[in-house]
Amino acid sequence: MQTKRVTFRHVWLPYLLCLPQLAVTLVFFIWPAAEAIIESFYRTNAFGTSMQFVAFENFQRLFNDPSYFASMRVSVIFAVSTTVLAMTLSLLFAAVSDRIIRGTNAYRTFLIWPYAVAPAVAGVLWLFLFNPSIGIATYALELLGIDFNATIYPNSAMALIIIAAAWKQISYNFLFFLAGLQAIPNSVYEAAAIDGAGPVKRFFTIVLPLLSPTTFFLLVVNMVYAFFETFAVIHATTQGGPGQATSILVYRVWKDGFVGLDLGGSAAQSVVLMALVATFTVIQFRYIERQVEY
Amino acid sequence: MVENRRLLDILGHILMLFAVALVVFPIWVAFVASTQASGAIMSGTVPLWPGDQLIQNYATVLGKGVAASGAPPILLMLGNSLIMAIGIAVGKITISLIAAYAIVYFRFPFRTFIFWTIFITLMLPVEVRIMPTFEVVANLGLLNSYGGLILPVIASATATFLFRQFFMTVPEELCEAARIDGAGPLKFFWDILLPLSRTNIAALFVIMFIFGWNQYLWPLLVTSTENLYTIVMGIQRLVTVADAEPQWPLVMATTILAMLPPVLIIVVMQRLFVQGLVETEK
Repeated sequence: MQTKRVTFRHVWLPYLLCLPQLAVTLVFFIWPAAEAIIESFYRTNAFGTSMQFVAFENFQRLFNDPSYFASMRVSVIFAVSTTVLAMTLSLLFAAVSDRIIRGTNAYRTFLIWPYAVAPAVAGVLWLFLFNPSIGIATYALELLGIDFNATIYPNSAMALIIIAAAWKQISYNFLFFLAGLQAIPNSVYEAAAIDGAGPVKRFFTIVLPLLSPTTFFLLVVNMVYAFFETFAVIHATTQGGPGQATSILVYRVWKDGFVGLDLGGSAAQSVVLMALVATFTVIQFRYIERQVEY
Repeated sequence: MVENRRLLDILGHILMLFAVALVVFPIWVAFVASTQASGAIMSGTVPLWPGDQLIQNYATVLGKGVAASGAPPILLMLGNSLIMAIGIAVGKITISLIAAYAIVYFRFPFRTFIFWTIFITLMLPVEVRIMPTFEVVANLGLLNSYGGLILPVIASATATFLFRQFFMTVPEELCEAARIDGAGPLKFFWDILLPLSRTNIAALFVIMFIFGWNQYLWPLLVTSTENLYTIVMGIQRLVTVADAEPQWPLVMATTILAMLPPVLIIVVMQRLFVQGLVETEK
């Protein structure tokens, strides 16, 4: 691990400086994570009064449960759609905004708003627009002959949470894409233009490949966001319904644990999710290391 | 700009206006709805121009709360959100600043071990380990307290990671010069490193304030008494009222108030925020 060439020497000061962070990490992170792993091997009754060692039974139950796979499927559909929608739109906006000279800052000021809006609030905003009786968006869709009702139709509910989650993420992606685009030297564009490449061709053959580090970084961040940080969007709007149509994995962990009081099952799900996050983290770290080599 | 194409420029501006509309439209509709009388909305589609109930609606939610839904006054929830957001931002920046300093500027036994213990938390959000974290907080007697709201959310290494990256870019000569002049570790930290990190601290404060303000699941779990509700979780209670259509104008007034502080901060401190976000997270 890297360090400075010149360092200080002190017997206890560095430990004292690390102590607050270490304490918070141990108490609120390592301890709960360890507890989740232990609990996933036990069956606890709903009152938490008795625990019985059941080895892998919780995991067996989980992986034999068709509704868990349904929830996984829902999560993947939701995460991939949200990521693709949010990234495509923001790349388009960033590319256009990078091209035009006047007004870029004004546009940027408006486009960064959603970053500050809470996921729950974003959910409520779109819930209102898509309200079955008074929503403007519903009204517009009705004129097009589309019957949109997130409380009845699974597809409508899914569309609602994807739009709300993607809307919230556009500004983050936009800022990173814009920074990535501005880092590409102008001479590259000029050379291509002299060789006769038009704006569209330049975008696909030059900009997109040069932007690939940013794109990859955002891909991981967006997937993590859509998989794990969108609980609020769902809880504030569809509540996993209708049926189980929008019950993504993090929503299920919460519901099985706090509503269903199935502690072992919820812990087993937490362990699965932690493994999933760890995978994303490793991918991200390898990417950071690779990027340093450039 | 490589070439001048009038048509492409116009097309670009049209597209950007569409982008702005896409972003601003939901917020505009919410604002318009928040200025209407309840009856005006129920009768049909929401109008697109503000009504005349602006002051009355906001006065109602700020002072009395939305009585029918049993939510506390918004002013109280705004105060709680503010305490939580500032607590998270200040707490996280403080502990990660000093931890990153120790990891970068000292050599001591178990340094690598401590580093990895902290950094393992880098990407694991509280949502994933929700149930056991709740149990730990309950065991510590922190339910329904500001400590319970703030401390578990601070347990993440993102800020530590960013400060470490920044400290690594600080020139070695500064430390050498300080040591030759006889400055100890604390003096170097306080008089040289801290002033150098001012921009990073400010940018991180904006990011962490918004992160803290927008917390949802965690306050939902640890608070059961109304006087600790935060505004973002309070909205959900207004929307999901039992067997009745929510009072949309009041709900939307609350929504606007809930997003106003973070949106204002981000717009006012735009330069700092953009620089901090893009440069530190890469």
